[in-house]
Amino acid sequence: MRLRKARGLGRTMNYPGRLFIVEGTDGSGKSTQIYLLKRWLEDNGYPVFFTEWNSSELIKTANRKAKKKNLLTPTTFSLIHACDFADRYEKMMLPHLRAGYIVLADRYVYTAYARDMARGCDPEWVKNAYSFAVKPTVSFYFQTPLDISLERILSARPQLKYHEAGLDLGLSQDPVVSFKLFQGMIKEHYDEMIHEEHFHVIDATDTVEYQQQIVRQIVSEHLRDYTAPTMKGESPS
Amino acid sequence: MSLRDIMPKRFYGAGLPYLQDTSYSGKLIVIEGADCSGRSTQTLLLKQWLEYNGHAVMDTGIKRSDLVSNVIDRAKMGNVLGKTTLSLLYATDFADQLENKIIPALRAGFIVIADRYIFTLMVRDAVRGADPDWLHELFGFALIPDLTFYLQLPSEVLLHRHFQRRGFLEYWESGMDLSLSTDMFESFNRYQMLCRQQFDDLVQEYDFVTLDGAREISEVQEDLRWHVAQLLEEQA
Repeated sequence: MRLRKARGLGRTMNYPGRLFIVEGTDGSGKSTQIYLLKRWLEDNGYPVFFTEWNSSELIKTANRKAKKKNLLTPTTFSLIHACDFADRYEKMMLPHLRAGYIVLADRYVYTAYARDMARGCDPEWVKNAYSFAVKPTVSFYFQTPLDISLERILSARPQLKYHEAGLDLGLSQDPVVSFKLFQGMIKEHYDEMIHEEHFHVIDATDTVEYQQQIVRQIVSEHLRDYTAPTMKGESPS
Repeated sequence: MSLRDIMPKRFYGAGLPYLQDTSYSGKLIVIEGADCSGRSTQTLLLKQWLEYNGHAVMDTGIKRSDLVSNVIDRAKMGNVLGKTTLSLLYATDFADQLENKIIPALRAGFIVIADRYIFTLMVRDAVRGADPDWLHELFGFALIPDLTFYLQLPSEVLLHRHFQRRGFLEYWESGMDLSLSTDMFESFNRYQMLCRQQFDDLVQEYDFVTLDGAREISEVQEDLRWHVAQLLEEQA
């Protein structure tokens, strides 16, 4: 019988770029923070590549269609997001990292871990599916008490979509109640991952400015020995 | 003793943990083999025979679900997908069929004949450099078939059958995306050889019934029926 091998994200991969990613529940403010980080890096002349969850062009249509029809089971939901991630990863993230860019990702594999586990997929199975991905230089986790993130999202009176509200889990018929329960489960999974996945936890109840200050400080530390790729050809010596 | 110990092992790996009940009364029969190995003909004949004997039969294959199949087609046309993405797309498609077609039919007592199953996908990915352990665990959600046939043929025979069917060698079936050779004839031979090696590796691990697919249609069918009859405890 096959022995289960020791696993970790991208254990053997080396690349000259840097990968900074943000994770957190909806309403944790992570997108704002990564946007501010991106601005700062760009203003300082760094070559930055930004990518966000669920944005591969190829998969988008299929994904939207499937979600609209509520055709997805936890396994197909998981796999279709893995396709989206893999497409962006193979085409964009990894080539940029290999070319020495600073890659910023709004959500990474941990979003899939948290959501898929909440939907009842086997944790080891989910981790295996994404094990082709490299481990980020730093993973920022914007930790928010549940009531605060819920307040931020729900005060805007959003139209909660079926899967977003976790209605497919059958927790409650009421989208708002279901959303709250689902977000709670996701937060639990994130919290459980902190040590194993080496998250850098940021208290998302602090001011935007203070959080950004910490993020920039940590990123700077990881850029100390970084050299940007040169766009000019090597001059002949 | 827990329920898990009493129940027969249904899945290769993690399975579908959120399913309350994984028991079913139907039977899952898989027919694997290269393109032009005679799978579809054999599937059809087996289906007719089983129906004649009063069984409800559903035949299924890979890449037939409407969830992502047009994405796959579109991507293959332009060959724009990374290897991992393509693996995962096929896995998505298979999972969709397994959960929405195969399992419901098995529960309804059907005999499901799958013209190709996860093994074709695993072979195709492994030849393209996917890690066998990764594949093994990825497809751990698949049901273990009651019977898996593997139609084995020498690549010379496959070559002639390809010519007979199409008159030419097809791009993907020649593994042209692997850059084994710019010469399609050469690439076809090498690709089929690699696939066969991968299939042979799976034979033991996944308990295949290997049949010589180069024989007459009726001879192969006779073998299939004998094994199926054993499974169903009926006369062939």
